[in-house]
Amino acid sequence: MREMSPLRNVRRWLDERFDWDDLVAPFRKKTVPLHRLSYWYFLGGITLFLFVIQVVTGILLLLYYRPGASEAFESVQYIMTQVQFGWLIRSIHSWSANLMIFTAFAHMFSVLFLKSYRKPRELTWVSGVILLFLVMGFGFSGYLLPWNTLAFFATKVGTEITGQVPIIGKPMMIFLRGGEEVTGATLTRFFGFHVAVLPGLATVLILLHVLLVQRLGISIPPKLEVQWTANPSAKREMKFFPNFMLREMMAWYVALGVLGALAAVFPWNLGVKADPFVSAPAGIKPEWYFLFMFQTLKLIPSKVWFIDGDVLGVLTFGLVGLLWLLLPFFESDQPSRTKGWITGFAVFALAYMAGMSVYGLLAK
Amino acid sequence: MAFLRNKLRPFSATHVGLAGFVVLAACVGYGQTTNSCLDCHSALPDPLGVSQEKFSQDIHAQKGLTCASCHGGDPTSDDPDKAMSRKAGWKGKIEHKQIPQLCGTCHSDPAYIRQFNPSLRTDQLDQYHTSVHGKRLAAGDTKVAVCTNCHSVHDIRAPSDPRSTVNPVNVANTCARCHADADYMKGYSIPTDQFAKYSTSVHHEALTVRGDLSAPTCTTCHGNHGAAPPGVDKVQNVCSNCHTFQAQMYEKSSHKKAFEAASLPGCVVCHSNHGISHPTDAKLGDGPEAVCMRCHAPGDRCDQARAEIQSSLSRLDEAIKGADRVLRVAESSGMEVSEARLGQDQARDSLTKARVTIHSFKRELVDQDIQAGLKIAAKNLQAGNEAMVERNHRRVGFGISLIAIGIVLAGLRLYIKKIES
Amino acid sequence: MPTDSQGMANAGDPLSPTIPRRRFVEMLLGGGFLATAVAFLYPVLRYLVPPKASDLGSDAVVAGRVGELKPNSGKVFRFGNRPGLLIHTSSGEYRAMSATCTHLSCTVQYRDDLRQVWCACHNGRYDLNGRNISGPPPRPLEDFEVQVRGDEIFVRRRRDA
Repeated sequence: MREMSPLRNVRRWLDERFDWDDLVAPFRKKTVPLHRLSYWYFLGGITLFLFVIQVVTGILLLLYYRPGASEAFESVQYIMTQVQFGWLIRSIHSWSANLMIFTAFAHMFSVLFLKSYRKPRELTWVSGVILLFLVMGFGFSGYLLPWNTLAFFATKVGTEITGQVPIIGKPMMIFLRGGEEVTGATLTRFFGFHVAVLPGLATVLILLHVLLVQRLGISIPPKLEVQWTANPSAKREMKFFPNFMLREMMAWYVALGVLGALAAVFPWNLGVKADPFVSAPAGIKPEWYFLFMFQTLKLIPSKVWFIDGDVLGVLTFGLVGLLWLLLPFFESDQPSRTKGWITGFAVFALAYMAGMSVYGLLAK
Repeated sequence: MAFLRNKLRPFSATHVGLAGFVVLAACVGYGQTTNSCLDCHSALPDPLGVSQEKFSQDIHAQKGLTCASCHGGDPTSDDPDKAMSRKAGWKGKIEHKQIPQLCGTCHSDPAYIRQFNPSLRTDQLDQYHTSVHGKRLAAGDTKVAVCTNCHSVHDIRAPSDPRSTVNPVNVANTCARCHADADYMKGYSIPTDQFAKYSTSVHHEALTVRGDLSAPTCTTCHGNHGAAPPGVDKVQNVCSNCHTFQAQMYEKSSHKKAFEAASLPGCVVCHSNHGISHPTDAKLGDGPEAVCMRCHAPGDRCDQARAEIQSSLSRLDEAIKGADRVLRVAESSGMEVSEARLGQDQARDSLTKARVTIHSFKRELVDQDIQAGLKIAAKNLQAGNEAMVERNHRRVGFGISLIAIGIVLAGLRLYIKKIES
Repeated sequence: MPTDSQGMANAGDPLSPTIPRRRFVEMLLGGGFLATAVAFLYPVLRYLVPPKASDLGSDAVVAGRVGELKPNSGKVFRFGNRPGLLIHTSSGEYRAMSATCTHLSCTVQYRDDLRQVWCACHNGRYDLNGRNISGPPPRPLEDFEVQVRGDEIFVRRRRDA
């Protein structure tokens, strides 16, 4: 071989020391089924990409951010106004957070409708749902960190709702708040959750989730599965490396462009520093991804039979969350009726969440 | 047993009842200064009615005084004849013109008042005698105000109490009870529109809306106990208590001599007395709000001066607003302009100062302040423009990165096509 | 083998596209990657360099230097987004307070002839503790904590216990 591209040299080096080729061999074999709905397969990768963006921008922000009621707001202001490109890093972090939550939800729903959660992929689903909850926790804890008025009151309302859970609610609320009320102690605690606890848990679960996806391969939608088993020659698939991966990279670069546009044209607001002694501004609302729950609680009457309305709402969401987590275990292979139920339930859930979110956005 | 029954027999039921009643009354009255007057008068209709509740709000009652302290009589007796006997000094309803003297028996006695509040003034009666009300009362006019007309009666509160009729926020309403009543004031040669005018003024707004208790009300300019209008030539002294700089400048200006010679009331000529509205630059104009042109002839050198002052004021105002606009846009685009925003305060201060300097009626002095303000506003405008330039840099930078991304996307597309053909 | 003995790519190998377009696409891709990498790394590297303005936030600010102010004089300095007043009293102490008059928000100043804080707008006066003692101001000026460290005079908001 007269010409050896530099890439080949690197591979040879790695192979001699890590047994590289053997390690990546199963990944080279991985394929992605091709069908009308294959585009939805990008969502998982995009969510992962956005998570990496969050980690990188988050670490950069950590270099200047100071947790603590007397310094947090000022340090974010410092980042936005004095640090070179601080505005860019911070705005990307805030926008990417929202985008990631959106793609996480979209990824979850696409898995739900494509029925990829079926056996043997139940654990992938479970780890994914837990990741979704973690991501929402990231959003909730991160939102407070700039310590502005909106965030302060949104946190107050949000943790207040947690306190509604019977028996364990109050201790949970005190644990979250670091006390009875939302104070600087809450900020410190949320900071700890946001940069240490949640990233640690998320990393472990992401590794598990991605490993499972690699090991089990990409799921084929049920109807197609039946067709292709009967007629193997009709099967169409694409190699994951490099073909699907390259396309995935295109999606990532598009996401980067979108993030840059949002950061440059719609820089994230700083707001006004939080003052616990000022009364809450009218119409305080949580971030959009909590709106559907918030709006639901507002619509439940204050008493349903003998149960307090808020308690009922919180318990219902808790129950639905639990069912969501254990969804794959309700569907067995044989009765197609359960499958129908689950799809129907999924459609209802999507419509409900979307509808309630829009309602919450428009309501005063 | 029989022995006791025999001893108790002389005491009939009525006697026992009465004795019981006395004991009961004594128990109820235990700890309070006996004020038997209220026992009947709290049940009587107006004008004889004074409820216990009302009187308990009165500062005199709180200090331990009773009805008898002013009305005389015996407050310890339950027998109306004994309680309201002339022998016991009962005065009955105090005649209107006797009231100041009556209040003065305590309130002009420093030794007596010192027991209750050593820092309370005791010259109110003397002041009252110098007031229009006092003089007219002495001349036999019983329509004028006496102590109780302003301070109320039987529920007199300290002036610091926000419910008191003489608390600063309530004073104008109290004066207006007579002075805004056209029917009542018939026969007097003074107008009755003062309260209506005052209610539209900046002073009224400051007092009632902003809660600034240093803002003037009727008594601030007219005095309270010695209430009288300030003389025409003394008006500016009154205003100068707060508006010192305007007064100082006016003092040295040409207008003071001119107004004095024409017996015009100084500040009031341009600013009015009761309906003092927030002065705008239009006062210097030639429209309906213009004050200069009421005396000056159009075209004369004063007309020119005022036109110049007005235009330079509006120039500075525009400059400040212009800089504000740019800074606002820059700020909402995420740029750092807080230093310049702070600087705008200084520019606004210059404008305020210039408007005060008008009262010197010297164009050059006003110009000095205007120039200082213009310099500052220009500096802030520059800062705002620089911030906008930086903002545009960002968008260009973003555009460049978009091109780079576009190249990558194109490259990936082609690369994929190649490896799959 | 992706290439033959002369290093020419073998047709049909998915990892080695045909030659004429190969160079262009690779150049394009490589160039694009490089451009985007620079576009991303440049801001990050600039970001990592700490800015010159070592503003400690509006919490504590360097209001001046020792020796800058003669005794019995004062200066207005920037405290967060509002002005502050630093006074070097005739007895040698440093005092600091908000410079925004509580009457109508004009900026106050130190008067060495009166030894008081004075507002030019309506002749309001405050004592050296910020208490409103004469004229229209309804409330005192917020009092700040002063610390002299080395030759720098630090001013910060009072922390309540």
